Amino acid sequence: MSGTSSAAKSMNLTLHVWRQAAAHAPGGIVDYPANDISPDMSFLEMLDVVNERLTEGGQEPIAFDHDCREGICGSCGVMINGAAHGPMKATTACQLHMRSFSDGDEIWIEPWRAKAFPVVKDLIVNRSAFDRIIQAGGYISAPTGTPQDANALPIRKPDADLAMDNAACIGCGACVAACPNASASLFTAAKITHLAVLPQGQPERSTRARSMVETMDLEGFGGCTLFGECQVACPKEISIDAIMQMNRDYIMASATKVELGEWAGSA
Amino acid sequence: MRRLLLFWGSTVGKKVVMAVTGIVLVGFVIGHMLGNLQMFRDAEAMNNYAAFLKSTGGLLWVARAGLLTAAVLHIIAAVQLTLINRAARPTAYVRRDPQVATFASRTLRWGGVILAVFIVYHLGHFTTGTFHPAFSHRDVYGNVIIGFRSVWVALFYVIAMASLGLHLFHGVWAGVRTLGLQQRSEVPIQRTVALWVAIVVWAGFTMIPVAVLLGVLN
Repeated sequence: MSGTSSAAKSMNLTLHVWRQAAAHAPGGIVDYPANDISPDMSFLEMLDVVNERLTEGGQEPIAFDHDCREGICGSCGVMINGAAHGPMKATTACQLHMRSFSDGDEIWIEPWRAKAFPVVKDLIVNRSAFDRIIQAGGYISAPTGTPQDANALPIRKPDADLAMDNAACIGCGACVAACPNASASLFTAAKITHLAVLPQGQPERSTRARSMVETMDLEGFGGCTLFGECQVACPKEISIDAIMQMNRDYIMASATKVELGEWAGSA
Repeated sequence: MRRLLLFWGSTVGKKVVMAVTGIVLVGFVIGHMLGNLQMFRDAEAMNNYAAFLKSTGGLLWVARAGLLTAAVLHIIAAVQLTLINRAARPTAYVRRDPQVATFASRTLRWGGVILAVFIVYHLGHFTTGTFHPAFSHRDVYGNVIIGFRSVWVALFYVIAMASLGLHLFHGVWAGVRTLGLQQRSEVPIQRTVALWVAIVVWAGFTMIPVAVLLGVLN
């Protein structure tokens, strides 16, 4: 393949998009032509163009979630040709470009599917179940006064790296979407691991593991079968090693003594 | 007790139960496979080995009770998790392409059903003799030879052992990970260990019906 981007030919595509007017309305796949699409457009820009044409034609545009459009906010995310965020590794839907497709392609676009992620409209799902998992323990309780000296708490470099790798989770929900069990294990485990390897996370480590795992179950997500689909779908390449950490912490927490008042904040 | 119920109530707790019972069952399966290899020495070695197992008396029943408990817990947890997992996605995708999930992991549940049916048949075939045409409580070697002369019976054993191999390939790896026992690594050694456990157990068991059918054992 040669040629500069400006010389790149435009593409004609066929979209098969899930349309659903409201949460409890019936939904179905509707076909749309997407002609004269530049390979330099992002996937969401392609949808913008399609929506503009739909609006001009007096039709309802396709609703989809988006915000930063630079791959860091976690707002966007749809199933593209059967894969969460589409065919590119470590890429959110907004950072996927149309050059990943070829002229004449058919593209299937569906919302994340999980009981815990009900469809709001078209491709938009409600992901507040993730917020409730975080509220169950994905934080540290610390006074936010004058910051202490940066080196007051020594942290080994590998631990700092591991915490950072897991903190990279943007909560987009691709792990749930890609999992055959619609499990939120990778999300929950990333949040648990991020804090479990840092000294600041130690005081609440046991309650955190227990109440986050219980909330994850209560929200109606499935369990982990270690298919490995989540870590391939994850735009931040979070490893399923995190799930080992979650299980370890959950086992340890279940085996240790329940302290008075420990359940106050749990679900 | 309340804590135990909470643990069992969670998906992680059920997976831990599956991992622990799975390890017990893997241990049994390896021992059983090694014992069966006596078939390739001679009839006397096989029958002596069987007589030795029987001679352990009470201990044999302790082992049987332990294995039954492990199998029952493993199956209950598997059924419950499957129901939870199915319920977690009430609306199926029109299109979802598995990216990396292995054949072994995707067939784990139905493979487990095949193994459960097989275990019931196998106990009736070689332990109680209910499904065996000419069962003898002394001549275990003869039971095996006569049992596998039926092509259909031998074929069922071969299929069941293929399911077992696939079950072990995913299960040994996943079980170790579920318990959080693995070290972080790009190329986890447990994948290799699981592969070899699966191949050795599958080959060790499958050799016997195949050898009888080919006339190597008679």
